Amino acid sequence: MTTRILGATLPDGTTADLAIDRGVFVDPAEAGSARRTIDAAGLLALPGLVDLHTHLREPGFEQSETVLTGTRAAAAGGYTAVFAMANTQPVQDTAGVVEQVQALGLRAGYATVRPIGAVTVGLRGERLAEIGAMAASRAAVTVFSDDGMCVHDPLLMRRALEYVKTFDGVVAQHAQDPRLTVDAQMNEGEVSARLGLAGWPAVAEESIIARDVLLAEHVGARLHVCHVSTAGAVEVIRWAKARGIRVTAEATPHHLLLTEDLVVGYDSRFKVNPPLRTAEDVSALRAGLADGTIDIVATDHAPHPAEAKECAWGEAANGMVGLESALSVVHAAMVETGLLGWADVARVMSRTPARIGGLRGYGRAFAVGAPAQLALYDPAAAAEFSLDSLHGRSTNSPYLGRTLPGRVRHVFHDGVPTVADGGLRPADEVAAARQEVVA
Amino acid sequence: MRHLLSTADLGRDQALTILDTAEDMASVSGREVKKLPTLRGRTVVNLFFEDSTRTRISFEVAAKRLSADVINFSAKGSSVSKGESLKDTAQTLQAMGADGVVIRHPASGAPHTLAHAGWIDAGVVNAGDGTHEHPTQALLDAFTIRRRLHGAAGRGRDLDGVSVTIVGDILHSRVARSNVWLLHLLGARVRLVAPATLLPVGIGDWPVEAGYDLDAAVAEGPDVLMMLRVQAERMHDAFFPGEREYSREWGLTDERLARLPATTMVMHPGPMNRGLEISAAAADSPASTVLDQVANGVSVRMSALYHLLAGEE
Repeated sequence: MTTRILGATLPDGTTADLAIDRGVFVDPAEAGSARRTIDAAGLLALPGLVDLHTHLREPGFEQSETVLTGTRAAAAGGYTAVFAMANTQPVQDTAGVVEQVQALGLRAGYATVRPIGAVTVGLRGERLAEIGAMAASRAAVTVFSDDGMCVHDPLLMRRALEYVKTFDGVVAQHAQDPRLTVDAQMNEGEVSARLGLAGWPAVAEESIIARDVLLAEHVGARLHVCHVSTAGAVEVIRWAKARGIRVTAEATPHHLLLTEDLVVGYDSRFKVNPPLRTAEDVSALRAGLADGTIDIVATDHAPHPAEAKECAWGEAANGMVGLESALSVVHAAMVETGLLGWADVARVMSRTPARIGGLRGYGRAFAVGAPAQLALYDPAAAAEFSLDSLHGRSTNSPYLGRTLPGRVRHVFHDGVPTVADGGLRPADEVAAARQEVVA
Repeated sequence: MRHLLSTADLGRDQALTILDTAEDMASVSGREVKKLPTLRGRTVVNLFFEDSTRTRISFEVAAKRLSADVINFSAKGSSVSKGESLKDTAQTLQAMGADGVVIRHPASGAPHTLAHAGWIDAGVVNAGDGTHEHPTQALLDAFTIRRRLHGAAGRGRDLDGVSVTIVGDILHSRVARSNVWLLHLLGARVRLVAPATLLPVGIGDWPVEAGYDLDAAVAEGPDVLMMLRVQAERMHDAFFPGEREYSREWGLTDERLARLPATTMVMHPGPMNRGLEISAAAADSPASTVLDQVANGVSVRMSALYHLLAGEE
């Protein structure tokens, strides 16, 4: 009944065999006869990746993505757990909605789905959502965010930070001053001046982060900063951490690789919020991720249907899909540049996001007895990223046509293979195999 | 030339060719029969997602003087999502066999998207997109400057050494952007004057000198003073305190007009706010080129349509 994985390269560079039985890692020396053997020579064994920032769009926007299609995209990218943002319709601001999303994730079986709860009712920034009820629900929500909208009112943000402490949760802030970014279309600077697109200035992000870290310090709360995108924001967070403030931060793969120059052709695949910034910002984000100022990489996977992107730039939706490409992009931006090793990648894409989100089972990778969350990655592969690389419902990827390194070959979620030999396994097989493990 | 989307895409010779052809077109407009058969059988669509009677009529007259069939398609106020309607409209025009599309759109870059998204084969002329560009306006401005300076002898000449000061809402002005690239291309020295709120962040790499002081600019006696229209809504967004202060600091008042050399041209892309950015006396003075600009607009647009659709180059 055992799956044996032979000769995999671990993140620390050593080579080892791994074995999985009934959903957990077992000692290969003591494992029973193998039902299946994977020759993992040359493959890198990474702990199943954890995305703290995914938009699954269900309920409400099933034309963009569903929990099933989004977790298929996640599995294809090496993920075994995703945190689903609250900007669904209805908004994930009650126990009922978060439990529904959680149940949809369990049924799909491709990855653990942990719903994020809204901070405010309807993301409207007026009054607190039922944070306690969501924390106490079957979904056991620990992360609260109005992502897409900034909790802009300073008093409400203070209260949210304090109130969430009661449940040992964390507020994940979308740092964007709404008054400084009215109609904003792209990073404010030389390119926006030339293109005549309304600017999204770095200060609109940095001023909110500066305020929030001071609020977190004042009330002794935890703060998580979503999709940090500017050099100045990295500086503010570095300062806050040096001061002992309990802040964590994420960077997206696209902000680690792409710059605002891509906007010149008005191709709306490059429209995202916060916007693509300058090469200096990209360097500062990479340095921040390398020195620990930025704790994790999170995708901000944001699917949109074709019609939301096939239009003039100013009318196009913000967002990019990112689950399938994230590991390869981090490989290109951080590993090939020598800024991170694979053990660091395991930390910033699996262990630390799980810790921030309160997700158990990711503390010690491949530990005997731990749930088998595993991605086997071929770092030597390189291919053009194409529509065939995408497995969600939407195709708004900025990487189409670009050559990216690496390829996810196998993924196990709770011991169930979700990706085998580079291909996603069918939904019915995954669901059936999952029933077996649960039984 | 496949499309005319931005003056930044033009080379010097290309720009001069358009201006020289516009001279030929101007002579047609002086004839009793103001018509050439050049675009007979070709269809030009004026696709306007934003009201602009002046620009639309100018393009319409230009296309008709070249004997093209002209269709005016006003897509403003459509209830469907605007993005869908741009694509759907483009595909409709493609199915009808449009040869050229003249597009005015409130979103910067919409003409670029129309030209490059693969929806349509027609040549695309940008007739003003958001706060991005208005290339035919810049071409007609350059044409007007050259004619005032050199008359009909301007053929083949650029604007080397001509000093042009553009005053007003640079931030939101598609006219200013197109003029900056084109005037620089043609050798002019460009200065921008505006309150700091109306100069874009990030113009450090523009080939211009930027400042705040209109009186200093007037004292230098530029060859051209181009006043931009001030939109009333800017006042509500705290770009400046009010009309009176704007007019006092950045308006071409009678008093500033008196200090300008007699040779300075006063330009305005229209429509003017008399008494705000330009005084009535300045607008109607001999220095004013406002009506020349309107007349030259037809010649320059004839030239642009000719180079786009008559199938040379």
